[in-house]
Amino acid sequence: MTTSSATTVGSTATAGLRGSATKPPRTAPPGGGSTRLHRHEQKWALIFVAAPVIGYLAFTLYPVCFAAYASLTQWNGLGPMRFVGLQNYANLLGDEYFRISLFNTFFYMIGIPIGLALSLALAIAMNRKLYGLTAFRTIYYIPVISSLAAIAILWQWAYNGDFGLMNQALALVGIDGPNWLASTTWSKPAIIIMAVWKGLGYSMLLYLAAIQSVPRSLYEAAQLDGAGAWQRFRAITLPMVRPVTFFLVVTNIIAGAQIFTEINIMTPTGGPEYSTASAVWHIWRQAFRYQQMGYATAMAIVLGILILIITLIQFRLNRRNSFVID
Amino acid sequence: MAHTSTLSRRTSSRITDTVVWVVLATGAIVMIAPLLWMFSTSLKTKLEVFALPPVWIPEVPQWDTYVRMWTDSLILSGFQNSLIVSLTVTIIGTFTCSLAAFSLAKLRLPFRNTIFIGLLTGIMIPFPTLMIPQFVMFSRIGWVDTLLPLIVPAIFGNIVMIFFLRQYLENVPNSLVEAAKIDGASYWQIFWRMIMPIIRPAVAAQFILWFMVVWNDYLAPILYLNTPERQTLQVVIANMNVQYATQRDYPLIMGASTVALLPILVVFLVFQRQIIESVALTGTKG
Repeated sequence: MTTSSATTVGSTATAGLRGSATKPPRTAPPGGGSTRLHRHEQKWALIFVAAPVIGYLAFTLYPVCFAAYASLTQWNGLGPMRFVGLQNYANLLGDEYFRISLFNTFFYMIGIPIGLALSLALAIAMNRKLYGLTAFRTIYYIPVISSLAAIAILWQWAYNGDFGLMNQALALVGIDGPNWLASTTWSKPAIIIMAVWKGLGYSMLLYLAAIQSVPRSLYEAAQLDGAGAWQRFRAITLPMVRPVTFFLVVTNIIAGAQIFTEINIMTPTGGPEYSTASAVWHIWRQAFRYQQMGYATAMAIVLGILILIITLIQFRLNRRNSFVID
Repeated sequence: MAHTSTLSRRTSSRITDTVVWVVLATGAIVMIAPLLWMFSTSLKTKLEVFALPPVWIPEVPQWDTYVRMWTDSLILSGFQNSLIVSLTVTIIGTFTCSLAAFSLAKLRLPFRNTIFIGLLTGIMIPFPTLMIPQFVMFSRIGWVDTLLPLIVPAIFGNIVMIFFLRQYLENVPNSLVEAAKIDGASYWQIFWRMIMPIIRPAVAAQFILWFMVVWNDYLAPILYLNTPERQTLQVVIANMNVQYATQRDYPLIMGASTVALLPILVVFLVFQRQIIESVALTGTKG
């Protein structure tokens, strides 16, 4: 929303300048001179923007068109492409593994509300004047910047049933933990716990920034009116952080739909009974292990469309949201 | 009456502060414990790794782990490859992004809205959808098993960064650019002498954030890089994880993971303030 309105502002601004360009008589040559200047500027403007435009055409638009066609063929990536129409998409409907991997991908998103609730609570806690806040913020943020591959390796070891950190910690409170990644019940929760741990600092940071921008007088006024802590949270904090919540939900869904690294590293075979396989992992395997390029492309397009829909909803709602705030 | 009530409110808020602090500190321990454990494991002997109850501080820290990994494994070549990819992408890419943002924000760009919307659709298409056709493209020109497929598409610019910088430039008055034009500055001079210094803080933060993303990337490198010596660090440690787990050499695996994580951690600790400000800004601007 901000972007699209800015464009209109930008173009009206240039239009205004064009109108006023006649004013300084010193440099503006009469007649065709100014259009020549404009043409000169337009030329440079195009040169400056050329790289991303070429990149977009070559590495996004062309591959997308290619993918759209490839998804209609039977193809191993090397040999000829045999056109089969919508056969791949029809096969998708009956593909149990694709269904399971999509289900798993959505299942992982249970972690999103959990992570957001925790990070909001943390942000509210951090909004107090406490000793050592900067250190806390740094520590909570370290998992965010850490390499996902390294983190996945670490957590795979931490989930080891006998010697892992997780079960040792659980043993302290008398719980005999499962062999996480080898259990069809616990493999998905294991991935979720790790994802929440890794993403907590990021959401917390955005929430903290949003909460700190809420005027203190709002809270003070509510307190004078006798609003309790819970009421202040419901009536002030939650609505004020709503845009951030929305942003986080959407970006987390988009990122979550593409979950791959931790799956491939922690459960190289897709987990017991395919219980951790994600959609991207399944696509990657079909394409690069079994050379089913046409079929895998069809799955990738279905996934792409799902993500596209979510992104479009974000742009839509974001526009509405900003108007509410304005 | 009023006096005692404010007093009691003050003590109660002090109690809440203490409780909140304890909760935050416990949380911080939970957050950092796995990483400390990773580091501590890297200093253990192979026996200590499997000790029950667990050992947190190894009796004799095996610093040797950090020596032998450079000779026994591909950490060194992984490091080099990751550096080549990350630095080339971010340095050239940041330049193309800044130039494009300048053009989009401040110049009379023909077809501005078409270009803008076109680039916007680029954000909406996820990498998994593009990875198969891109792979086929690059394999046809013989780029598989080189670093080029990781570098070339990225140096054409990162659309998110272009939009961020463009947004940043909206706050720069147009009159500045107009004045420079009247003074006879070329568009290149305006960009290099005037725009770059103005957007430098934003560029620096975005540069670091992008560097982290490229450094930590895993999916694209495993698609393209087969020869072990040509793999980036993330792929190297993932392969070590498979290879050395069978030998139960967890200290080496954890040491390699620590090393893979360290450069970014150092960058983060040094530029913490700028990074955190920039991230907080993306969230609030949406």
